[in-house]
Amino acid sequence: MILKYLLEKEFKQMLRNWILPAVFLLLPIAMMNLVPRVATQEVRGLKFCSVDNDRSTTSGKLMEKVAASDFFDLIAICTNYEEALRHIESGDADAILEIEPDFEHRLISEGKARVQISSNAVNGVKGGLGSSYLTQIINDFSKQLRNEHGILNTHNVNIDPEVRQRYLYNVNLDYKIFMVPALIAMMLVLIVGFLPALNIVGEKEKGTIEQINVTPIGRFDFILSKLIPYWCVGIFILSYSMLLAHLIWGFTPAGKLWVIYLFTTVFLLVISSLGLIVSNYSSTIRQAALVMFFFLVIFILMSGLLTPIMSMPQWAQMLTQFNPLRHFIEAIRALYLRGSNLTDLLPQLTYLGSFATTTWLWAIISYKKNT
Amino acid sequence: MSEYAIVAEGLTKTFGTFTATDHITFEVRKGEIFGFLGANGAGKTTAMRMLCGLSRPSEGRATVAGFDVEREAEQVKRNIGYMSQKFSLYDDLTVEENLRLFGGIYGMTSADIKHKANHLLSNLGLTDLRKAMVGRLPLGWKQKLAFSLSIFHNPKIVFLDEPTGGVDPVTRRQFWELIYEAADRGITVFVTTHYMDEAEYCDRVSIMVDGKIEALDTPSQLKKNFSVGTMYEVFYALARKAKRGAG
Repeated sequence: MILKYLLEKEFKQMLRNWILPAVFLLLPIAMMNLVPRVATQEVRGLKFCSVDNDRSTTSGKLMEKVAASDFFDLIAICTNYEEALRHIESGDADAILEIEPDFEHRLISEGKARVQISSNAVNGVKGGLGSSYLTQIINDFSKQLRNEHGILNTHNVNIDPEVRQRYLYNVNLDYKIFMVPALIAMMLVLIVGFLPALNIVGEKEKGTIEQINVTPIGRFDFILSKLIPYWCVGIFILSYSMLLAHLIWGFTPAGKLWVIYLFTTVFLLVISSLGLIVSNYSSTIRQAALVMFFFLVIFILMSGLLTPIMSMPQWAQMLTQFNPLRHFIEAIRALYLRGSNLTDLLPQLTYLGSFATTTWLWAIISYKKNT
Repeated sequence: MSEYAIVAEGLTKTFGTFTATDHITFEVRKGEIFGFLGANGAGKTTAMRMLCGLSRPSEGRATVAGFDVEREAEQVKRNIGYMSQKFSLYDDLTVEENLRLFGGIYGMTSADIKHKANHLLSNLGLTDLRKAMVGRLPLGWKQKLAFSLSIFHNPKIVFLDEPTGGVDPVTRRQFWELIYEAADRGITVFVTTHYMDEAEYCDRVSIMVDGKIEALDTPSQLKKNFSVGTMYEVFYALARKAKRGAG
């Protein structure tokens, strides 16, 4: 029953500080709108030079096809490779597409011809993706050509099996879809991690904690009254962000909503308890903020949010097992994008559940009413 | 039940090598106004925090309202009120909301809180300010409110740590009237102060020097013992021997 009065107090204080509600409302709008537009790994508008040594109708068509794609802009038609390379060196171009002399002739008579793709790999992602996009377009082109002219490779019956990539779950390789659940997780970890960390220690600085500690209030009730408001904030941010993702990008989670909420609730318990633990051990707000900053930065960088866990060294992959954010991001991505169900994600739920129990109990125990 | 509200036996608190409160022994009778005097740094606040169950004694023992402050701290807390040196109500809650919060924490019902709050606010002349944020009140009002709140749940004993620090003489006078009212209701008052005129209002006073209680008696007996005319002179005679407060 005491809890009712404590919660009333916490909610009043939280909502009266107008900055907090403003952040709860504006941060998701900013994150959902802005970040998917800017934090993208998609490569578009790659600049390329062409060196057409054949100057035939077919080679012209190929150039046109490449230039017509979203991914490439033709910036110069060069007469030889050296000239094209100068464009690369000066930074005007990212890739060169060179077509051999007799391209059309060989294509018709032998059924195959060569093109050379050179791309600047100083920016690895750009280089790699650029050449793979080019390859794809050329494959497409040759297939089209065969269909149109019935060119058959009579010399080589074993036509190379064509490699076709089909991306599951995120069919168009749209980076925004991939970002949305990760952004939700990031907002939750920042807001629901930081606010409780500043809360109890804030009462210590103001001196109000004395007046609380001298009452017969239970530690369990007190900690619960500090956790529940942040659960509500977290659940609000989740719902609001999912709504925004739907309104702005038209994304809806593929998995069941209640499973998303279940995971979020458990995760929020972990992260808000952690904040309270830090708050309990700190004596100034500055201390608490710095310690929390330390944890959150490591959690975010080691979570697979920005870089895939699979590409981390083995020891680092082991460490990420102790990162609650890693399990949550795994779960919420799987739920949002792949539509996994609860049974697929039981390992993650077990991890998060045991983290939650530990941190919650720790938060209660570390709150000391007398020293 | 004993006739004492507070019993301390060899109560000691050390922080590392520093002994803040050094084996103090005293009793406070029920219904008494007990003045707990001492220079800055004499160990008054530390002693009071131990009696309130905010700080665990390093040595010795004490009972407050019949409960051991170390083993039964939560029972002690059910029976006491506490007003700390630093104003510690919630600045960002209104007068009414602070009353509601602390009433609720002590298990009072909503109706009970409302009824008592109305009574209290009209007594203090604060009815018009009931919806004002506590942070906006002038210091004198804050102190009176903090005191009223510390006895809102009708505790057996109330601990006041320099309740009139920085308050004007008129307000101090009014404040002591409130203390007398509380004592009339049977609440034992344990109060620290630096004002020697206030020491005269107490039934008995103790004077701490460097963590130890150097004198304990009624104000008139103390003056007689030191053959001086005022409590100020008694205090001065004792406190100037202090080695700690010099800084």
